[in-house]
Amino acid sequence: MVRNLREVNRNGNGRRETKVVASLEDGVGVDEKASEITIKGLFYDFFGFSNIYQNLLSFLPKIPHSKEQESILRSSMAPKQRTPHATRNPDLIRGVGKYSRSKMYHKRGLWAIKAKHGGTFPRHEKKPADAPIAVKPPKFYPADDVKKPLVNKRKAKPTKLRASITPGTVLIILAGRFKGKRVVFLKQLTSGLLLVTGPFKINGVPLRRVNQSYVIATSTKVDIAGVNVDKFDDKYFSKQAEKKKKKGEGEFFEAEKEEKNQLPQEKKDDQKTLDAALVKSIECVPDLKSYLGARFSLKAGMKPHELVF
Amino acid sequence: MPFKRYVEIGRIALVNYGKDYGKLVVIVDVIDQNRALVDSPDMVRSQINFKRLTLTDIKIDINRVPKKKTLVAALEAADVKNKWESSSWGRKLIVQKKRASLNDFDKFKVMLAKIKKAGVVRQELAKLKKETTA
Repeated sequence: MVRNLREVNRNGNGRRETKVVASLEDGVGVDEKASEITIKGLFYDFFGFSNIYQNLLSFLPKIPHSKEQESILRSSMAPKQRTPHATRNPDLIRGVGKYSRSKMYHKRGLWAIKAKHGGTFPRHEKKPADAPIAVKPPKFYPADDVKKPLVNKRKAKPTKLRASITPGTVLIILAGRFKGKRVVFLKQLTSGLLLVTGPFKINGVPLRRVNQSYVIATSTKVDIAGVNVDKFDDKYFSKQAEKKKKKGEGEFFEAEKEEKNQLPQEKKDDQKTLDAALVKSIECVPDLKSYLGARFSLKAGMKPHELVF
Repeated sequence: MPFKRYVEIGRIALVNYGKDYGKLVVIVDVIDQNRALVDSPDMVRSQINFKRLTLTDIKIDINRVPKKKTLVAALEAADVKNKWESSSWGRKLIVQKKRASLNDFDKFKVMLAKIKKAGVVRQELAKLKKETTA
């Protein structure tokens, strides 16, 4: 029995070309290409051959060939009818396939065709999909179609700490109200900012956060062993939530302003305990206390690119 | 008026430009009017233009193009390193290098020391002034 109806043609280059027009397999289906050819055949058909094709097709059982339709069929019918797959081995040039014999063996799944599966590739039934939840129609349709911004799932990496900055390093702050102050580095917080303290008694710089970019790291280190910095994190430095202001008279506002300016006693105590241990280790090194108390400034003849900090 | 430092084999020179800036080298051969072959214990023997050299007072006794071992031995025998570091030129260079490598904290300490020294000097001066006027 002729399995495939082939069309032998001479294509534009004058070469012989064979195409499968229709094929009779066990579960008969019509090759996708066949339908293309039939349509094409109509255009190239100056001799009325398309009639022949159409008649032939009418004899074949009409089975849909699109993949969606196939899947519908599959769920309702026994899973045996398979349309033959277009070749899995594309031609690099005529006569030479892209994949080797062993690769094709794996691609076709011949390794899985076992007697225990009935001599065919094992297939599993599709799990019945859950019925879609009924969606209520929205109450409001916006007038214009607004484009949604693209989803951005990038996460910022924690700021890399310069190798020259280690706990106990003396830093020179370059900007802000404490510019020029020499200050002791304690640790890097999770936000990337550096936790720093004067110590407060020595130069008036409290426990503070400072950005790495606004700091020069000197090579002077202070022994920070006796200091516990675990309780300080970014939340410690966040602004206090403002109490709801009642819309009162001007007198009310003045009273509330005074309250805000006070530092909570807890923070003052934290500063004191931290500095106590730190000042002890600072006083062990001669001149270090007055060094931390002095401000840094550029003087005549100092070339920043030649300075060694 | 006459020249005192000559380009000759064994003359120690200071490199004043280029990759080997600041090194003391020995003139080991003269290539032509402008270039010399130059060698040092810590560099590969190479040619250098005279314009890149400053001659020093020190000269050692070597033959033309000695082997590295011989050169090192000759430098040791003439005690070039100590002669250089005790000369005023050599001492100046050492001080310059030290000052350039000072830490921020070191510079602070130097400043304190200067102020202290100036204070002491001023006290002594005041004493002397008092004596002369009195």
